[in-house]
Amino acid sequence: MLTKLHRMKKTQLTIGLIMGIFFGFLLQKGGVTKYDVILGQLLLSDFTVVKVMLSAVVTGMIGVYFLNGLGLAKLHPKPGSVGISVIGGLFFGIGFATLGYCPGTVAGAVGNGYLDALIGGVIGILIGAGLFAGLFKKLQKPILNKGYFGEITLPELLKVNPWVIIVPFCILLVFLLFWIERAGL
Amino acid sequence: MHWLTMRQWSPYICGIGIGVLSWLAFVLSDKPIGCSTAFARTSGMIEKLFRGQKVLEKDYYKQFTPTIDWEWMLVAGVIVGSFISAMLSGDFQLSWVPATWANTFGSALFFRLIVALVGGIFMGFGARWAGGCTSGHGISGTLQLAVSSWIAAICFFIGGIATAFLIFHLIGN
Repeated sequence: MLTKLHRMKKTQLTIGLIMGIFFGFLLQKGGVTKYDVILGQLLLSDFTVVKVMLSAVVTGMIGVYFLNGLGLAKLHPKPGSVGISVIGGLFFGIGFATLGYCPGTVAGAVGNGYLDALIGGVIGILIGAGLFAGLFKKLQKPILNKGYFGEITLPELLKVNPWVIIVPFCILLVFLLFWIERAGL
Repeated sequence: MHWLTMRQWSPYICGIGIGVLSWLAFVLSDKPIGCSTAFARTSGMIEKLFRGQKVLEKDYYKQFTPTIDWEWMLVAGVIVGSFISAMLSGDFQLSWVPATWANTFGSALFFRLIVALVGGIFMGFGARWAGGCTSGHGISGTLQLAVSSWIAAICFFIGGIATAFLIFHLIGN
């Protein structure tokens, strides 16, 4: 691990900015900074979003686990519970379809010139995030901690070598992409 | 260099590029790519402007301090990167109402903005509730095979597809 580099605070901010520029560039070139493309996905008529996401996941999964094996990358799975992941996920989904952008693509949409993303989207997300910060303490015990399973990955859960899952999983996802392509979606 | 001025690339090329970027984020910064905590931090910064240091006492802002961090810079970079890409291909345009929306609900500005604002509130609320967004859970979390992220990402799409059908096929008809 490049721990020395990770500790250089100012350099890290610059790296974050540069990575963001590449990320935004790829999102825009992929077409996913557009409301029409995101709604096309959610209305199941245009599968661009799924194509971008799944090819990123397959590429990322193989590379990150490989780097993890070499000791160059540490995994950071997020904690979860039924209350956190299911209920939060569904709220997010309602916002996803109503706004038509997500927190990353809304930033890309702003760069693309879409003003509903800036005036409606960014301001709305800031309000929503602030509301959650205010309610966090009240929600924690009765909802967020329900069905807590923590920071666990599938290989840890099933107690197997990660590659036992990665190899069939990636093959499955690639087949899924081929099938989507053949179906003309 | 005509590929730089192309309006759109293959979604697979873009996806693979984002996957490679995630390798770099883990190796160079020890971080998964994610976008939604930047919004929570900004929200805290704005609240701090009005309410002062008291904001820092909230449990949530103890966990996510209202400061500019790596992820905040990443989101700022996304705006810049998308702008560069759109300018290079001539795809940059200032517009208020997206075509899909206008085809069903008309091109009234105020209505679209109110709906976008409500959608944004749900999204910001839900992203922080779930602990991540389409990038943090949907890409970075699922590629790590995190259980929380697979559940969250599937729920993003269940909620999103159901709401999109409700908006466009039931209300919009």
